[in-house]
Amino acid sequence: MSSELCFTELDAEAPDSAVVRFAGDSGDGIQVLGSQFGLANAMAGNDIATFPDYPSEVRAPAGSTYGVSAFQIQFGGRNIRTIGDAADVLIALNPAALKVNLDELNPGSLIVVDEDAFTTRFLQKAGYEESPLESGELDGYRVIRIGISKLTLAAVSDLEVTKKEAQRCKNFWALGFTFWLFNRNRGATISWLQKKFAAKPHIAEANIAALNAGHAYGETMEASHEINPCNIRSAEMEPGTYRMVTGSQAAAWGLAAAAELCGRRLGFCSYPITPATPILHHLATLKDLGVVTFQAEDEIAAMCSAIGCSYGGALGATATSGPGMALKTEAIGLAVMAELPVVIINSQRAGPSTGLPTKTEQSDLYQAVYGRNGDTPVPVIAARSPSDCFDATVEAARIAVTYMTPVIMLMDGFLGNAAEPWQIPDMDKLKPIDTAHNVPRDEERPFHRNSKTLARDWVSPGRPGLEHRIGGLERDILSGNVSYDPENHQRMSQIRFDKVHNLTKDLPPLNVEQGELWDELAVVGWGSTYGPISRAVMNMRAKGYSVAHVHLRYMYPFPKNQCKVLSTFDRLLVPEMNMGQLVSVMRDADCPPAEGMPKVTGRPFTIAEIEAAIAARLEVKS
Amino acid sequence: MNIQDPANPPLKDKDYASNQEVRWCAGCGDYAIIKAVQKTLAAVGAKKENTVFVSGIGCSSRFPYYIDSYGFHGIHGRAPAIASGTLLANPDLDVWVITGDGDGLSIGGNHLLHILRRNFNCQILLFNNGTYALTKGQYSPTSLKGQRSPSSPMGVIDPPLEPAQFAIGAGARFVARAIDTQQKQLVDILTQAYHHQGAAFVEIFQNCVVFNDGMTESFAAKSTASDAQVMLEEGKPLTFGKNGERALKCDPGKLNLKVYDVGGEEDDGHCEILHDPSNRTLAFLLAQLELPDQPLATGIIYNDPSPSYEVETYKQIEQAQENSQRRRMNDVLKQGFTWTI
Repeated sequence: MSSELCFTELDAEAPDSAVVRFAGDSGDGIQVLGSQFGLANAMAGNDIATFPDYPSEVRAPAGSTYGVSAFQIQFGGRNIRTIGDAADVLIALNPAALKVNLDELNPGSLIVVDEDAFTTRFLQKAGYEESPLESGELDGYRVIRIGISKLTLAAVSDLEVTKKEAQRCKNFWALGFTFWLFNRNRGATISWLQKKFAAKPHIAEANIAALNAGHAYGETMEASHEINPCNIRSAEMEPGTYRMVTGSQAAAWGLAAAAELCGRRLGFCSYPITPATPILHHLATLKDLGVVTFQAEDEIAAMCSAIGCSYGGALGATATSGPGMALKTEAIGLAVMAELPVVIINSQRAGPSTGLPTKTEQSDLYQAVYGRNGDTPVPVIAARSPSDCFDATVEAARIAVTYMTPVIMLMDGFLGNAAEPWQIPDMDKLKPIDTAHNVPRDEERPFHRNSKTLARDWVSPGRPGLEHRIGGLERDILSGNVSYDPENHQRMSQIRFDKVHNLTKDLPPLNVEQGELWDELAVVGWGSTYGPISRAVMNMRAKGYSVAHVHLRYMYPFPKNQCKVLSTFDRLLVPEMNMGQLVSVMRDADCPPAEGMPKVTGRPFTIAEIEAAIAARLEVKS
Repeated sequence: MNIQDPANPPLKDKDYASNQEVRWCAGCGDYAIIKAVQKTLAAVGAKKENTVFVSGIGCSSRFPYYIDSYGFHGIHGRAPAIASGTLLANPDLDVWVITGDGDGLSIGGNHLLHILRRNFNCQILLFNNGTYALTKGQYSPTSLKGQRSPSSPMGVIDPPLEPAQFAIGAGARFVARAIDTQQKQLVDILTQAYHHQGAAFVEIFQNCVVFNDGMTESFAAKSTASDAQVMLEEGKPLTFGKNGERALKCDPGKLNLKVYDVGGEEDDGHCEILHDPSNRTLAFLLAQLELPDQPLATGIIYNDPSPSYEVETYKQIEQAQENSQRRRMNDVLKQGFTWTI
């Protein structure tokens, strides 16, 4: 990837895209800086993808390498599918930030450092014996040294702020400079600051002064011909109203939207766990929509109270991550047995056990598909992008309510925290979730079952005449009373199996995302690998490789045509962030054999890795 | 319970029995408890459709199958969590949680703790028989030291958990202790539990005829009951014995309760106590009374209502709605920074 961008040449051709990485101390406000930069680019007509990369420690000691917080953004004039394999520009606010992010850069990248932070003390804290600014270590890069800290203090010296408050404006000085680097408008950030600090106008004023000073500093560099701003092309986005959305936000909104679409109250019961917790935070702010959130005492209680919500007539839902899923397992079985709809979101993280809580992985596929006692089929679907978490969650709820079953929605830590522009859906245009089919009729028994979907009626307490008992014990197929009858257990097990497998009749057929049936190689992905696979296949097809991209949403059961579609390709390659789980789940479903491409570093695939894997398996077609 | 109109037409005890054959052992204390519950339901005019029995796993947890109302036989220890969710979805329901000493205090101890602390509006009946009966007689958290069982052939070595103390400690606002064979007192307690707003915890000693027979003998037998129990009544002195010849008074030097003879040397009119169920300190002292030197306190030990969780939940929702213009997801999705292309 080009890394010089166009900072050196005047009137250079605008590059397609750029990747900028901001890094500093946990307390430096890097996340605010990154998201404001993202927003400005989105509003300037770029497509963007962003990802925060922060330490798991709440407040690690200042200046330490493990306390470095970073934020990466790719923006540009085409559909942006990933946050970029490596950055073209690094804004490093201290030596530690430089040190831990140096291997995230393309060769020849532009590095902007806050020279004032390169003191002996901070160099030592970062583990540098000699300043990297002097040692020649950065020779392959273009380094711009600016005394950002002192310039920030100078910029706000006339304002009524304390020294501490003044120092904290540093991130906005850096943002102002970065805005100048890419010719971006400061307007949105200024109004954001004014709104955010409406109660403390002097803070807003100081940050705006720092922002403007950073920008002005860039202009003086331009005047002295040191560097030029670089314009990045705008994207052709579909007309509509957009907003930025993270996967967690989209999943939370998906649940609230699903409740609205089926005319039930949302009862969301959850226990804090990284990286799923933001879903609870988002929903807790929707009380004005009637959303009930419940922070349960543990994961088991979260699942059980979600079941209780659905039993009581609300749409019960919960969100967790792998270790929490493990604890919920028995109760998921209860929801299957009681035939109650519950949406279970698993924002996967690197395992096993506690694993790497802040790092992403897709290693809970086996757990979702197979991980329960008894024959306990549960539909599993996966989201592919931050905004897709909304659609996938609504769909999970639709399946849950239609078939009266728990449904697992798999996302992951990367999707949860990553953000992208999202064309805001209109609720009035979304298909309502039909609950009429399982509303009990007066004259019918409480255990009536829909002959088409095999779903039982959704009978909640409060309804006279349909009093009944339900639970985890096997029950008689007709009366619903506890039954130890051998034949009955066989029949009931069959119904639970058929109910979930009948779902394939309603699933949309599997499509090929890119390329054609009968291409030589299909790269088969699921979940958050969508971005890098999609871009890599696009690039390789442009180079003449016969490669297709197939991406799965329905992880269990598979759409009817899936194995047939996959059998048209000579070879299948499955990049996934686990040791090869989809490969064996596909084998289990009699799909053609596939070659695994496991990656469990806690980081998403890069485009280059997938391109290399494709190149290693195919020859370019003439 | 929640305030609602009584069943119309009124129902009798037997109307609350389901069509299922009761499968407890002959002579099991559970029969007496279910009878008392049915009497209570009839007495308070409970509506079947609004009544929900939620249970976990164990002999006691089969209870919901035998009552003709809504019922949810959950998984081991988790009934409080299922009940909490049910009440969050529909706070108008009357929810009864049925649990046992193993289900509620061992595997489900955490959930029992939290449903009490949060004060969900329900009645929690903990059947205490000091044994895991359904799995054939292992010792339980309330088994006494030295109790022999298949899993403690040389006797239990861990000290027992005392349910009423646990409940008060957890922050319960209604704590009572009853005995399966004392029907009149049991129905009276259950009725008050039913009318209590918030979580009402009732420990019911229940004799397991097969694995722990005679557990209640020392304090519940006709010959021993009056001497071994102080039956609490609001506003009344803490007397016990066949003719009320003994009583409890405060021992100020030790911040404790002590037994004295009515009319005896220590009956000096000082430090007498009348039962005040809203006094939490007294509740702790009463719950701690231990046989054989002291009588066991039965009746309503503590009763001091405070707002229940689901009521507070909906209050917040109302408050949020009053302060917000948003009504639908469309309003939420369009709020904040958006831009149009």
